[in-house]
Amino acid sequence: MIQKLVWENVKHRPLRTILSALLIGIPVTLVLTLAGLSKGMIEDNNKRIRGVGADIVIRPKDSNFMDLGTQGMNDKIVNLVRRQPHVKLATGILVHHLGGMFTSVAGIDLNEFNAMSGGMEYVAGGPFRGPDEVILDDFYAKEQNKHVGAELEVLHQKMRVTGVVKSGKLNRVFMDLRSLQNLVGSRNGVNIIYIKVDTPKNIKTVIDELKAQLVDYPIYSMDEATALYSYDSLPQLRMFSDIVVGIAIFIGFAVVCLSMYMAVLQRTREIGILKSLGASRWYVLSIILREAVLLALVGTILGIGMSFGAKWTIQTFAPASFPPAVDPSWWPIAAVIALIGAVLGALYPGMHAAGMDPIEALSYE
Amino acid sequence: MSEASIIRIENLRKIYRVGKVDVEALRGVSLEVARGEFLSIVGPSGSGKSTLFHVVGGLTPATSGTVRVDGQDLAAMSDAARTVLRKTSVAFVFQKYNLLPTLTARDNIAVAKDIAGRDSKPDPDFEKVLELLGIAGRLKHKPFELSGGEQQRVAIARAVVNHPAILLADEPTGNLDTENSQIVLSLLRDLNDRLGQTILMITHNPEAAAFGHRIVHMRDGRIE
Repeated sequence: MIQKLVWENVKHRPLRTILSALLIGIPVTLVLTLAGLSKGMIEDNNKRIRGVGADIVIRPKDSNFMDLGTQGMNDKIVNLVRRQPHVKLATGILVHHLGGMFTSVAGIDLNEFNAMSGGMEYVAGGPFRGPDEVILDDFYAKEQNKHVGAELEVLHQKMRVTGVVKSGKLNRVFMDLRSLQNLVGSRNGVNIIYIKVDTPKNIKTVIDELKAQLVDYPIYSMDEATALYSYDSLPQLRMFSDIVVGIAIFIGFAVVCLSMYMAVLQRTREIGILKSLGASRWYVLSIILREAVLLALVGTILGIGMSFGAKWTIQTFAPASFPPAVDPSWWPIAAVIALIGAVLGALYPGMHAAGMDPIEALSYE
Repeated sequence: MSEASIIRIENLRKIYRVGKVDVEALRGVSLEVARGEFLSIVGPSGSGKSTLFHVVGGLTPATSGTVRVDGQDLAAMSDAARTVLRKTSVAFVFQKYNLLPTLTARDNIAVAKDIAGRDSKPDPDFEKVLELLGIAGRLKHKPFELSGGEQQRVAIARAVVNHPAILLADEPTGNLDTENSQIVLSLLRDLNDRLGQTILMITHNPEAAAFGHRIVHMRDGRIE
C-alpha cells in the first residue's frame, strides 16, 4: 500500500517530480561524464600507443609513465637498438608539449614510422615534405577546424597542414623529426624509441638484452606500457574523480532535501490524516524515504540519458582534447551515489514529517 | 464505572500553551460512555468538544485526570502507545472528510487497513457495510470526483474498516447539505444499531444531536 501511496504522490505533482528527478540527474550525469572521459582518454591513449605497431618501448631515464622527462635520449641509442638480434625495426620519436592541455607534436621519421605502424591513413591531403609542414589527425583537425592548406602555429612557427590522417597512431600532430629537433634545439634528441621485433616470442629476450645494455632506462613491452596508463595508476585522476563524486552526493542530498521538505510541507494535512489513522513514525518516514528512492532511480535514468547528450556535445566540440566514452560499469555506481544523496536528503524532512503533531497537521490549510 | 463502560473520564484537564499564554481547554471533565452507545456532544465553539475528542482519540495527551478507553489508561501511554490506540481501538470521522486526495476511495479505505497491519483480502462483512453506506459503486473514484456526502461516507467506511471500539465523529455533517446530512446521520445510527458500534459525535446542530441515545452539553471546558 505504501508503494501505491508513494506512486500516487509522485504522479499527483508531476512538475515537482520531473524537476526533482532532473536535478538529481545532473550530478549523475556529472559522475558518468567524468568516468566516461577518464575511460575515453585512457582508451584513446592506449589505442594510439598500440597504433604505433611496436612491441617494445624505451623511454628516457628521468621519465615516468605520465611524463617523458627533460633528459631525452641521443638517437645513437636507436642505432644501438637496431643492431640487437631479433630487432626488426626501431624508430626514435621526439614528442614535445605544445602548451595545450593534452596537446603535443610528435617529430617522426615518416618512413620508419609508416613501416612500423603500417602507414598513416589519410583522410585528406598527404605527408609533410618540408620543415614547416605538419599533418594532423582527424580529431584534432575537427576540434581546431583546420583543413589541408591551413596554417597552424607550432612552437611559435607557422606551419602548413599538408594532410589529415585517421586518429589512432601515437599522436594528433606530426612533423618531421629533424625539423622538430632543430626547432626545439635538441639535435639528435629523441624521447621515445619504439621497437618491433621479428616475432612476439622474442620480445622478452630483446627486453632483457636491452636492459643489460641500457641500464636505468625504462624499457617495457607494449602490454606493460599500456597497463601503466590506467585509472588506478593516475592518482590525480582518482582524486579529481573523488571530488566530483563528493560534489555529486552533496548536490543530490541538497536537491532531495529541498524537494522532500517542500513535499512534506505541501502534504502536512495528508500526514496528519495518516497519523490520525494510527500511522507510526516509521510508516510516515518510510513513505518519504521511498519517494526519495523513487526520485533517485528516475533521476539516475535521466542522468544516464543526459550523459549520452554530454558525450555527444564533447565529441562534437572537443574530440581531440577529451575523447569521451560511455562506461556502463559506472551506471550502478552513479545510481548508488544518487540513492545515498537522496536518502540522506530525505532523512531530515522525513523525520520532520514523522514527528508532526497530528492535530496541528490536520488543521494545516 | 459500570462494567459496560467503554470510556471512563474523570476530572480531565487539558491546558494548551499558546505562545506565552496557557489556555485551559478542559476544566475537569468527567464522563462515562457505555459500550454500544451513540452519544452526542453539543456546545458552542471553544467549549472544549474537539479537545475532548483529541484526548479520547489519543491525538494529544491529557494534562491531568484519568481517561480509560476500552480498558486502556491513556495517562500512562507514550506517544507510540497512543499511535497504536488510534490504529486499533479508535477511529475518527472529520468535518472536512480528510480523505487522501491522491488515492481512490477504495485505496483510502485500504490505507487504514494497511496501517492497522491487516491484509488486503476481501472482507465479506465489510462489503455489506459498503453496501449499507451506498458507496460500493463509487470506490474507483478519487475524492475530487465524489460529492461531499459520498466523501463523508467513504470517510465513515475508512473509520469502521478495522472494527474500532469507538468511532469519534467531529461535526460529520458540518460541510453537508440537509439531505446528505440526513443520510450520513442515518448511516451512523444504522452502524450503531446493526453493528453495535460505539459512537461519540460532536455537533452544533440539535437535530443532528437527536440521532444519539444521549446528549451531553459542554461549555467553557466543562460538561453541564
